[in-house]
Amino acid sequence: MSHPIRYSFGADEHLFAEVSDSMSLEAFFKGMAVTRAVERLALEGVLDVCLANASFQIRFDPDRIAPHTLLEAVKRAEADAVAERTLHTRIIEIPVLYNDPWTHETLMRFRDRHQDPSVTDLEYAARINGLADVDAFIAAHSGAPWFVSMVGFVAGLPFMFQMVERERQLQVPKYLRPRTDTPKLTLGHGGCFGCIYSVRGAGGYQMFGVTPAPIYDPQQKLAYLKEHMVFFRPGDIVQFKPMSREAYDQAVDEVEAGRFDLRIRPLEFSLDAFLADPVGYAKSLQEVLA
Amino acid sequence: MIKVLKPGLATSVQDLGREGYYHLGIPPSGALDQYALSAANQLVGNPASAAALECTLLGPELEFQQDALVAVCGAHMTPRVDGVEKHQDTAFTVKAGQVLRFDFPKVGARAYLAVAGGIDVAVVLGSRSTYALGALGGFEGRRLVAGDELPVGMAGGKGRDGNSLPMALRQSLGGEITLRVVPGLYYERLTDSAAKSFFAEPWTVGSEADRIGYRFKGGSALGFQPREQPFGAGSDPSNIVDSCYPIGSIQVPAGLEPIVLHRDAVSGGGYAMIGTVISADLDLIGQMQPNQKARFTAVTLEEALEARRSYKKKLSCLSKLFPS
Repeated sequence: MSHPIRYSFGADEHLFAEVSDSMSLEAFFKGMAVTRAVERLALEGVLDVCLANASFQIRFDPDRIAPHTLLEAVKRAEADAVAERTLHTRIIEIPVLYNDPWTHETLMRFRDRHQDPSVTDLEYAARINGLADVDAFIAAHSGAPWFVSMVGFVAGLPFMFQMVERERQLQVPKYLRPRTDTPKLTLGHGGCFGCIYSVRGAGGYQMFGVTPAPIYDPQQKLAYLKEHMVFFRPGDIVQFKPMSREAYDQAVDEVEAGRFDLRIRPLEFSLDAFLADPVGYAKSLQEVLA
Repeated sequence: MIKVLKPGLATSVQDLGREGYYHLGIPPSGALDQYALSAANQLVGNPASAAALECTLLGPELEFQQDALVAVCGAHMTPRVDGVEKHQDTAFTVKAGQVLRFDFPKVGARAYLAVAGGIDVAVVLGSRSTYALGALGGFEGRRLVAGDELPVGMAGGKGRDGNSLPMALRQSLGGEITLRVVPGLYYERLTDSAAKSFFAEPWTVGSEADRIGYRFKGGSALGFQPREQPFGAGSDPSNIVDSCYPIGSIQVPAGLEPIVLHRDAVSGGGYAMIGTVISADLDLIGQMQPNQKARFTAVTLEEALEARRSYKKKLSCLSKLFPS
């Protein structure tokens, strides 16, 4: 990560910063280090520091901080920031009903917008990733944990990057034209990123299943949403766990009764340990949940 | 209390918006035309930041259950009290039991109805603004529907019936709009001809134009320079590794129709942005109707800041005229 960050102003209220034009955990960690350093400066006039996968953005009030004053401060933060190689975070188990009836109904409704209208999103994704069938795809999807590298698009939606070697990373294109509807809590995938649609709405990612676990709720009804209405933060680690229809229905009942909870464990993540042994390290992370 | 008899096309509670949650995907929201909201509020003696109703294209029908001083600014949608025409940009009184309606807009897309005391819904994350996609803020997190009963706050008593905006402080709406843009972000990825044609050709507002963003059509397709796509970016040349979107930024999915994001923006995504509309011109977008003509013109950051100073000066003239 020797090359410097590329900065560009988004007119008079935004400073945009591209750490790298391609996705990697290294780029994410560098972006995180610089944004954390900028947050620590607590600059007057900075409204929001937004971290993305391999870039970040600062929304500011130019009446309170001159754009070039901000740029100089951020560049200094970039020069001083030592990219942290470890992260004190948490791992969360998210139960998933793969191949569920609701995303199936939705994907059939929008088949004319898909690359291959003759098969489902899961069948398509399995084929183009060279996997034998849908079961093999689900095994790969739920076989290694995912790193939350951005929260956004809509309120509380996590973008996730699977913690496997690049050759094993699942990649699918987005729909040819975006859908106007996606069930809430759909597991989506586009490019190399997985996501969970926090709310119902438009979307272009392929759809693989649903989770019963709310991840955004302005009413904050569940225990794990009491602290904030948005559950995910960049740096969270997610492990998907396939569930049956019966277990899903029971979980939905628990959500409605306000009793549903998630399995969450604290974790010290080491980028170097992961890069040295992706398979072994992923296994050790999964053991934290056991 | 104000009872909603008919909700109109897309009426919502908005104030100046919320800051500090965009990094979680929660956009600023707030009035798309911040000047019109501020003006309407100050005519009735409210602080500029009070919550009012943003009425889009087809206004609501409202039964007042208390006497109230109100004002309508923004789109020209003539207000009528029990059928009697009232002046735009001027405070007037609605008595308990009377019904306020609006004519179709002559120009503009959004009228702001301010009520002395403000619309007194709960403050969520620092604002009363509605973010409908996230079911957050405003009245039950959504646009109004028939039967809603809107609480009104305690009026400060500083507003006067007949308070009127001087002509110099009224907005001129309609016609071909010029939107000033600071090119940047991924502008360099456009082909030379696309980088020129975007600013040279006329555009019109498409039918997909809402609080999230405005889609423009009618100009030539905008090509991106071919490249081997970076890992994670997606296969289309207009794709990038998903990143943050500035408010006002212009993206061109598949190079076809530019979309300018507004205050309910999606906070990020995977389409290259080619520049950003300057803050002083965002109000203009909120007042554009489908099929209205627009041109984009390139400006420097310094010119954007100068335009912002003129805009802020107009706002401060308002607050000097009608101190709250």
